[in-house]
Parts: sequence; C-alpha cells; structure tokens
Amino acid sequence: MSPQEIAQLLKDQFGDRITGEALDVLDPWIAVAPEALHEVMEFLRNDERLAMDFLHCVSGVDYFEPDPKKAKRAKFEPHMEVLYHLSSMKHGHRIVIKVFLPRWKNDRPGELPEVPSVADIWPTANWHEREVYDLMGIRFVGHPDLRRILCPEDWVGHPLRKDYEFPDEYHGIRAR
Amino acid sequence: MVTETRAGTGQAEQAEREYLWTLNFGPQHPATHTTLRIVLTLDGERVVDAVPDIGYLHSGFEKLGEHLDYNQYVVVTDRMNYISPLANNIAWHCAVEKLLGIELTPRCKYIRTILAELARISDHLLCVGAAALDLGAMTAFLYAFNQRELLYEIFELVCGARFTTSYTRVGGLMYDVDERFIARVREFIKQFPAAHANITRLLNRNRIFIDRTKGIGVLSREDAINLGCTGPVARASGVTRDLRKDEPYLAYADFDFKVVCMKEGDCYARYLVRMAEMLESLKIVEQAIENLPPGPVNVDVGTRVVLPEKPKVYTTIEGLIQQFEVIMSNRGFETPVEECYGAIESPNGELGFYIVADGSDVAYRARCRPPSFIHFAVFPYLIRGHMVSDVVAVLGSLNIIAAELDR
Repeated sequence: MSPQEIAQLLKDQFGDRITGEALDVLDPWIAVAPEALHEVMEFLRNDERLAMDFLHCVSGVDYFEPDPKKAKRAKFEPHMEVLYHLSSMKHGHRIVIKVFLPRWKNDRPGELPEVPSVADIWPTANWHEREVYDLMGIRFVGHPDLRRILCPEDWVGHPLRKDYEFPDEYHGIRAR
Repeated sequence: MVTETRAGTGQAEQAEREYLWTLNFGPQHPATHTTLRIVLTLDGERVVDAVPDIGYLHSGFEKLGEHLDYNQYVVVTDRMNYISPLANNIAWHCAVEKLLGIELTPRCKYIRTILAELARISDHLLCVGAAALDLGAMTAFLYAFNQRELLYEIFELVCGARFTTSYTRVGGLMYDVDERFIARVREFIKQFPAAHANITRLLNRNRIFIDRTKGIGVLSREDAINLGCTGPVARASGVTRDLRKDEPYLAYADFDFKVVCMKEGDCYARYLVRMAEMLESLKIVEQAIENLPPGPVNVDVGTRVVLPEKPKVYTTIEGLIQQFEVIMSNRGFETPVEECYGAIESPNGELGFYIVADGSDVAYRARCRPPSFIHFAVFPYLIRGHMVSDVVAVLGSLNIIAAELDR
C-alpha cells in the first residue's frame, strides 16, 4: 500500500485525530494526536490491509534552541516529537508515525510530557520507550516498567534534551 | 492437620518465593565478553527470571552525533561495534547519502559491498568461535581467529587500521583499493572454505556442542517479529527477511546469493545460520571482486559534499578549494532540512540510523537503532526455564556487543 493510501485509510478511520502528514519526503510520515496514539497503533497492527507487525525503532527528538539569540532565527517552534518507524513483513510497506508533544506538560518545567505506551502492542517497544524516557524525558503512560535504562537510576536530567546541562560531578567523580 | 489448615495460600506462596535465590551475572564475567549485567532469579539451577541491566558502557554516542559533522561521526561508529566496524561505517554513510540524495559510483558500491561482506564473515567467525569457546570448545575459536587475522590484514591494507577503520566518507571512500587488495581477497576466498570446513567438522556433529545448544533458547517466528528481531537471530526462527534481498542497497542486486533461514529458532539453528551465511558472503565477495568496475570511487567533486582525493588537494586549486570548503567548520557543506531513516543488514541484524538534518553539516539528531539493543531485550524470553549454564550458550548465540548496546 502506498503512503497516500495508508494516510487516507487512517483519515477515514480516525478523522481529525490524524493531525498532519508529509507524504512526499524521504520517509513519509503521518502525525497522530497523543491521546489517540494507542488506538491508531492498534489499528495499524491488527488491520488486515495494513498489518504493520514490525516496529523498527522508537525515537525522540527535541526541537529547541537553548541560545536565546539564535532562537528567533530557528526554523521551528520548541516542541518534542516521538517517532515510530513501522513496516509490514506481509505487505512490505512502511510508514512513520509521529506524535507532537510540548516540551513540558502544561508548560510547567519539570513535568514530563506524556504519551501512551505501545509496549503491549509490540513488546520490542518496551526497551525503546525506556530509552526515550531516559534520554529525552518523555513519560510513556501504561508502560509496564518505566525505569532509566542507559543512565544510572539516580541520574538527574535527560541528556539528549537540547537544554541539558552536563553535571560537574557525579558521586565525587569529576565530570568535566 | 493443624499445620495444613494454618498454611493458607499466602504462606505457601511465600514458601515458594523463599525457595528462589538471586544470582548476579556480570558486569565482569568472561562470558559476557564486555560489560553487561543480568540479575538471575534461580530455582536451584533453573532460571525462573532474568532481568538485564545495561548502561555500563554508555558513552553518549547519540549526543556526540549532534556535535560532529557527517564525516567526523564515522569515527564514532567504529567504536560502536569493534567486531565489524566496517559494517557500521557503511551503515552510517548509507543513511547520510540517503539524506543527501547522493548516488554512489559503481566502483565505490562494489568496494563497500566487498568490505561489508568481509566484515560479516569476521563478525560471524567471532560469534561462532566465542559461542563455542564459552561452551568449552577451544579449538574452533582458534580456527576462527586465524581467519579473522587474515581479514584484519585486508582491512589494514585498505585503510591503515585493523579495528578502527573509519573507511567511508560522504559520497565515497577514504582511498581507492589497489591490486594488492584484490590479490589478498582472492587468496582469502581460496583458503577460507577449508577453514570453514574445519570448524564445521569440529562442531556440527559434536555431541557435547549439540547437547548444549539444541532446544536451548527457542524463539518462535511470531515472537521474533513482535520482539523486533532481525538478522541471523530472526532468520534462525524462520523470518525470511534480509534487507540485502528485500530492499537491495549498494550493489547487492547484482549478485547471486541465498538468504539462509531455519525454523527451529534455538541456539543451534542460530549457529548453523551464521555458518551458512559466511559461505553466502564469500560467494558475494567472489562475484564482486571478479567484476570490480573501473572508474572513480568518489562522486564528482562538483557536488560539493565529497572530500577530494589527497593528490588532487596538493596539485590542483579546485581540489584545495573543495577540501577547504568541506573541512572548515564555518563553511562545511549544506544539507536539506529533512529527516530520514537509513538501514542496512549488518552482521547482527538491521542497523539503522535516523538522522534529522537542519541544513548545517552537523546532524540535529543522530539516532541509532542497534541490533544488539533489541536482541538483548529478547534474552529474558529465551532463558526462562533453562539451566544457569545455558545463560552463556544463549548469550553467545545472540552475539551481544555492549558498545553498540549502550552507545
């Protein structure tokens, strides 16, 4: 199925909960409202015509320019994205599902943005989501075991956020 | 009678739980090869549950990707996988070239294909040899390393380093290969089947090896797909997926080779798949080296993204200007404001890079999808119900590379 057909199918099924699309880029993507993500993913996985049984990767991206001088010239509004690269073993087509999130929940710094977990649809998402949580600071609601995975459990902050400040020391170890 | 009535279900469960004990496996253990830790819950010698704990080798490679330009980052990809660094170099630049829309020259494609396949052979040799070593078979490991030594010499010949190859560049390669390379590869092709047969004879019908691996760590086809497995691990479970065939990149469409699959999904099947894949890789290398096209290895200098060859830099003004334009940090080359996910079939499975470009010569985000990360998440599913000594058998068959696992 072509990306256009997939996008049309999703729009017919979910209406305005499909919030955006870009189909003529290198990897065509479809944006989904965070609250509808779990439902859309379940449809993508279980519908016979789509059968997206393979989740390649869950990645987070932080769009933010920490330098206030450069921020005015930045080509994007500050936000975060979670991407799901999906493909179907059966049909051989692929698509990217995107979720746009604010950098902080309710714009209150320190409150992590939330997105539903898909670990119950694809078990492989379990570790991917833990990694995104650890490095990007996005909370996956409904995840069975949301702990830090790469950083130590007592680490402060989320290193891949663009405004992350590297700590001076960690347990008496000089870090810079 | 009294005790029976008193012992309610809660107490019985507690007694059951007290029976279990916890064993810490790693982070320093000869069979983990590098640093990874597993917390095992045991019932006697039987593994009830395993909780992998990773991050001991976390080096912030993805963060580094936001500071190094597309040519510099290739150095980091070496460090990500010290067993087959060339495959990682190629994976990174395949993703970058997809982003920039560069079509490589035929000669470059062929050389990259040859080196990717040699890297696959060296990776599988280590995996097979070390898996056998962990189970007590020393000789197979030595046979395997003997062959790896020959491959290292070939890698050293093309790029001057044995491990940290950093051989690819945007739109081409560091250097072209010469006649000596071709002669060495031909020599390798000639003698490798004998060494392969030696390992086969030692292990394939070895009673101890079969007892230790057959029926251990069984992964069904459905689980393999749901858990995101790729590469030999998935193919040993009957998933007929190989990016070299399904979405041919580089020059794979030109060659005749088979995708090796098995149905059993146990450690022995994964071993057999790797052994058979080595011979298929050798077939590809043989076809490629005999049909190596002439011509340049780098795309045309006019495209303004590729580093010129060193003689050109020293003798022509165009070459010098080009070198300056690409290297200088305030100039660099321009990229489209786009994002892409590029993946190749690395020896361990699908190795993908998701790159977000913001127009400068440095990636805005360089996400890596390492196969080891996904395969290690599968480990608890494979080991439940088996003996504690099977932990090393399963680990060996998954070929976990901690540097790639933790990045």
